[in-house]
Amino acid sequence: MKNTIKTFAVAIALMLLLPAFSARAQVYADSSTDLDKYMVPVTTPTAVPDAQGFLGRWLLLEPISKPNRSNTVFTDSYIREVFGQQYFPGQLGNTLPKDGSKVKVTVEYQPPVNLTAGRPMMPMGGAPQYEKKDVQLKWHAMDSKRFNVKLFRFATNLTEDRYGVIFWAVTVVECDKDMPNVRLAVGSNSASMWWVNGEEAVILSGDRRMVMDDCTSQRLTLKKGRNVIWGAVINGPGMSDFCARFIDEEGNPVRNITLSTK
Amino acid sequence: MKKNILLALACALLSLSAAAQVGNPYIHDPSTIVLCDGKYYTFGTGGGGLISADGWVWESGAVRPGGGAAPDAIKIGDRYLVGYSTTGGGLGGGHAGRIVTMWNKTLDPTDSLNFAYTEPIEVANSVIDEDCDAIDIGLLMDDNGRLFCTYGTYFGNIRMVELDPKTGERLAGNKPVDVAIDCEASIMIYRDGWYYLLGTHGTCCDGVNSTYNIVAGRSRNPYGPFMDNVGRDMLQGGGKMVVAADERQFGAGHFGRYIVEPGVEKMSFHWEGDLDRSGRSVLAIRPIIWREGWPEAGEIVKDGNYKILSRRRGYALELTVDFVRAAGGMRGGFGAPQAPAAPIKGQSIVDVLKTWPDGVIPVRANDYMARPHQKWTIEAVPSAGGYLGGPYYKIVIEGTDRALAAAEGGVVVTVPAFTGADEQLWQIEQLTDGTYRIMPKVVPGTEERLCLYSTGDSTPTLAKFDFNSDNAKWDLKMH
Repeated sequence: MKNTIKTFAVAIALMLLLPAFSARAQVYADSSTDLDKYMVPVTTPTAVPDAQGFLGRWLLLEPISKPNRSNTVFTDSYIREVFGQQYFPGQLGNTLPKDGSKVKVTVEYQPPVNLTAGRPMMPMGGAPQYEKKDVQLKWHAMDSKRFNVKLFRFATNLTEDRYGVIFWAVTVVECDKDMPNVRLAVGSNSASMWWVNGEEAVILSGDRRMVMDDCTSQRLTLKKGRNVIWGAVINGPGMSDFCARFIDEEGNPVRNITLSTK
Repeated sequence: MKKNILLALACALLSLSAAAQVGNPYIHDPSTIVLCDGKYYTFGTGGGGLISADGWVWESGAVRPGGGAAPDAIKIGDRYLVGYSTTGGGLGGGHAGRIVTMWNKTLDPTDSLNFAYTEPIEVANSVIDEDCDAIDIGLLMDDNGRLFCTYGTYFGNIRMVELDPKTGERLAGNKPVDVAIDCEASIMIYRDGWYYLLGTHGTCCDGVNSTYNIVAGRSRNPYGPFMDNVGRDMLQGGGKMVVAADERQFGAGHFGRYIVEPGVEKMSFHWEGDLDRSGRSVLAIRPIIWREGWPEAGEIVKDGNYKILSRRRGYALELTVDFVRAAGGMRGGFGAPQAPAAPIKGQSIVDVLKTWPDGVIPVRANDYMARPHQKWTIEAVPSAGGYLGGPYYKIVIEGTDRALAAAEGGVVVTVPAFTGADEQLWQIEQLTDGTYRIMPKVVPGTEERLCLYSTGDSTPTLAKFDFNSDNAKWDLKMH
């Protein structure tokens, strides 16, 4: 009986320790780059954050070509200027574009990367000349299958662009009550800016890698009902992605919200 | 004016000598330092590498065939396993990469009998455009004899495979596991049952504007998850800082660990840009400090004025001379002051120097009273060479040339003037707990390496280093 109790106690202790040592299963390498490995089109009216509170439902605009051969140019001033431009009607507005709708944008055209041409470095010669080109870009309502939104694969699967790009993202957070003193916590590759209900909430400048909770907003209030979250990510030669969640005063994820793209 | 310029140049030379490796330590993406037949080796991107006889003065000369990028090296048994990627970096194109390993019986290219690399064997690869770029190999053999290999860049995930330590090949059936994102130059190290995964974040390859920095996460399981100090998975970008930029050196990347002996560990990496060397990429070596279970970069001792305090009791190393009472005397502590309070000048060397004997003066330790015979100046001696990651120093009483020296019989004394003799040169290294080991280059009359050691609270001597004893450790505090 004494041994049984001892064994039971050891088992309980191991169970308590286990989460710290094996928070998740091993992630075996997978060479697939299909879009549905990373995200899928929205098929339900609403979604909820994942177990860590990450916001997975976003309306994403196909990348706007913005050639940059190095991410070291992403100063606060630069990204404020670039994201301050009007790319499409309703930008940062309260009404979301419709899934599948298209916007016309004039971009600096850059030829697609030739993946089979060896391993070229980003060209570092003189300043390249880019011709202006009018393009139509489409909005896609997507549910990320990961904690992060892999914009790079969104781009490589749906467009010819992958580097030197700007992504716009928007989602709606529905709350059943006012939520004061929460923060928007973001990580992005590379620089990004984020707005909550039309107000700038957080900026991530510089040549950044995507790090969970890299930058957080000051305390803000998610109001009862509809809250619109906009984000813009810029990248030169990098694998664009972002992760965003709301955290409370103790740093715990805010999960009692719903997400939609309407 | 001319004198001032010369003085400034001399100061610049001194600070250069203490801040980074000397000689021609130009390298990018250095492999973990390996000792072979009494010499240190590290290999770099593109082929070749550096050799050092003492670990401080580095010159080119190491030989690695195959070109490619970012090698790593490890000694297993009596052979050396060298891995590298046959492909280079860059984000602009495809990312089909190959990681290979090869063996050599020696790393000494002048040993024509034994120096011959085996044919490279592929141990991992990445196919075009998948979320991995198979370059930047890092090798670890853990305490259980298991050999791990991490690889990858900013293009996707850092992955790990397990190798056969007998052949250097991938273990049969072993599948690559994703262990981190958005890193480069990953490598694992093992300590006290923890596997640490170190990776480089920040901007690469931009000279003195490179923001490369090295971070770490840890796991009890070699396959992760590797969590940082606030519980973030490195697959979610987590990582605790190990080393970032210095004042004149920038872009720390490509970590390697070298264990000298228990309590004495070094990290090698490169600075992407060194302002003291035209902004070129150079080899860096720093002590590893383990603080609350996490590695971080210690410091190479900078030239300056220090008090040298024993860890045994906290007493200060001092000359064995009569102390001179400080000015100020005994003051009444009670009642209203009869005059406004005013500062009193502290004791200086000129107040006491004439009271000291000429010739050899022994040393002892005593409670620190900011007296001149307790104040030391530590300066690197650029012409004296060094040891792994540090130059030899002279230790003199501040404001004088009276130098600390090892003497016959394993004792420590001071001599009237520093002559540059080996027994007056000191190896000063930060230990893994942040304290210092102070060791003369030689001790007259013995071949043994001895260190400054407290046999009693007040009695320093020279004795064998023991990391488990505070008798062998000292604190250096600038004053």
